[in-house]
Amino acid sequence: MKYKRDPKRIREVLGKKVQFILGDIACVYGGLLAGVSFFGGYPITPASEVAEGMARRLPRVGGVYIQMEDEIGSIAAVIGAAWGGSKSMTATSGPGFSLMMENYGFAVMTETPCVIVNVQRTGPSTGQPTLGAQGDMMQVRWGTHGDLEALAFAPSTVQECMDFTIEAFNLSEKYRNPACVMTDGEVGHLRERIVIPDEKDLKLIDRTPATIDKKDFIPFTNSQTIKNCKVPDFPTFGTGYRTYVTGLTHNEKGFPATDKQPDHERLVKRITEKIMDDADKLVMVEEMNLDDADIAFVTYGATARPAESAMEMARKNGMKVGLLRLKLVWPFPDKLITKLAKDVDKIIVPEMNLGQIVHPVNEYACKHCEVVSAPKIGGEMHLPMELYKYLEGK
Amino acid sequence: MVGIKTADELNKKFLREGMWPTIFCNGCGHGVVLEYTFWALEELGLDMDKVIFSSGIGCSSRLPGYINADGLHTTHGRAIAFATGIKAADPDFHVIVFTGDGDCAGIGGNHFIHAARRNIDMTVIMINNFIYGMTGGQLAPTAPLGSIATTAPYGNIEHPFDICNLACALGANYVARWGVSHPYQPIKSIKEGIQKKGFSLLEFLAPCPTAYGRRNKLGDIKKHWAWYDNNTILKEDLEKIMKYGTEQEKEQVKEKIPLGVFQDIQKPGFFEAYEKLVDRLKEKESKPKGAKK
Repeated sequence: MKYKRDPKRIREVLGKKVQFILGDIACVYGGLLAGVSFFGGYPITPASEVAEGMARRLPRVGGVYIQMEDEIGSIAAVIGAAWGGSKSMTATSGPGFSLMMENYGFAVMTETPCVIVNVQRTGPSTGQPTLGAQGDMMQVRWGTHGDLEALAFAPSTVQECMDFTIEAFNLSEKYRNPACVMTDGEVGHLRERIVIPDEKDLKLIDRTPATIDKKDFIPFTNSQTIKNCKVPDFPTFGTGYRTYVTGLTHNEKGFPATDKQPDHERLVKRITEKIMDDADKLVMVEEMNLDDADIAFVTYGATARPAESAMEMARKNGMKVGLLRLKLVWPFPDKLITKLAKDVDKIIVPEMNLGQIVHPVNEYACKHCEVVSAPKIGGEMHLPMELYKYLEGK
Repeated sequence: MVGIKTADELNKKFLREGMWPTIFCNGCGHGVVLEYTFWALEELGLDMDKVIFSSGIGCSSRLPGYINADGLHTTHGRAIAFATGIKAADPDFHVIVFTGDGDCAGIGGNHFIHAARRNIDMTVIMINNFIYGMTGGQLAPTAPLGSIATTAPYGNIEHPFDICNLACALGANYVARWGVSHPYQPIKSIKEGIQKKGFSLLEFLAPCPTAYGRRNKLGDIKKHWAWYDNNTILKEDLEKIMKYGTEQEKEQVKEKIPLGVFQDIQKPGFFEAYEKLVDRLKEKESKPKGAKK
């Protein structure tokens, strides 16, 4: 039977409104609340609990869980299910995310809504499987070949693992682009209190279905039902639109147009502009103590937690320190960073890698203030004291 | 046959407008397999809104583009994994995968193995032309020993992959191999494959005169097509000869490629089993807590 989201049943399966759970399980809750009906997964530390949580709950709400043969198959099945009309997701970590890169690009090119949870660890290669890191912040943006825009969230708390998974579905459905929840081994394996939102407080967005007459329908062009919207209406398989969907460069009808420069330019510009036209509206950050700050941390995910502690220590000692936490890292909040750079003397970017998001920060801040990378690798989080030393300039 | 009598009528019904002509070379077997599939679909009388095609990369994978139906033209080797998701989204779909020897038996082998093992409800039509045709004639995993390819310029020393054998071992519900020069058995098998719940594999041996025949000196198109008649044997005939034949007869047939239906069983398909699981959970949870079984 084709899946139909049943809010009452989902809440029965999720249980109490307030719970103390793992970050990975919070991603499961977010997916179920958003109406996920297909999950294709493959075991990988530290993301396996997402697949386990789905395997336990998805059949109980009437959705389909399949453990695929590898991560390539997982993302492929997820994209296939999306075309069949499902909200679909997968979860993985660094090596699996690397394997998904080709089909991630396929989802971008074919404008397929789907969600990937990446519980990040470090590399290169197998690296430290059981420990957290922020190894894929650039891979999600640049890891697949060609031109694209990424939608990437970075939760700092277990609550945000749930909330951002719901939001990832919303952006993914709205823009018909894959969206990623770039959590990490620290937040993914953290247990915290979460509050499950009531049904009336949930804001869910669904893709705009194709509704116009079949003979007038054009599958890969601006919406034919919403004015000035570059996101095409979605012709769910089985609804009679008989759409040809290809990863090849295609014209507006969806037919291969591999040797035609204008077709490629029109297509790829539209699939990037549909997101970038809204980039300013999409900014999602948390600002702390920035009004009078001389020094600002710009950070995201787990790393924001020790940075916040370091900021509080500094404030107690009379230093004017603030913090800008990126909740949605991609699209990158470029204008906000430039504005911040004009207001402060120094930006410090702590990350659990040797410096990834420090690069776009530097790109938009370097004309106005000093930008310092505060990297830490090896599977341990920054200690607040270590970051405090950066504030002292040591 | 139902309403349609001629190939022209058939094409009018099933071909997608605006995609003609095809990319296929003279003498290619792909168009023939497409035509057989159309006849099978016509005879089955399925609602074409619910027949969904998936394909990977290569000549065979271009076929869904020519069909007036929903089609997902995916990445190299992954069509079966995509198809798994399509079927999961809607149990009313008939999912048909077009794939080639490189796409399915080469880069996509792992997806093939596990979809067959899970008995996912889909029909996989693998068109085997012994070569990577679209990229210009590189060695395929199904190429007979000694075949010449651009990447096997001194002759293939690898043993060819018998994908039907593999599918049978994995417990696929329906497994058949045919050539393309005779229409009756292929059309019948495609029909049986589509009707079958669970996983079905149809392998078609199809000539590629441009990339394989030319390099392997199989002669003009006519001779190349005749090669398939001379180098294949019905599975039943092969079994008889291997059992009762003389040494000389055995010697004559031992290198020939067997054709026929290799497996036809009724194991429950994946989604049938999955629905039962969902029902079982529903039933269990509808009982009051603490109640005895």
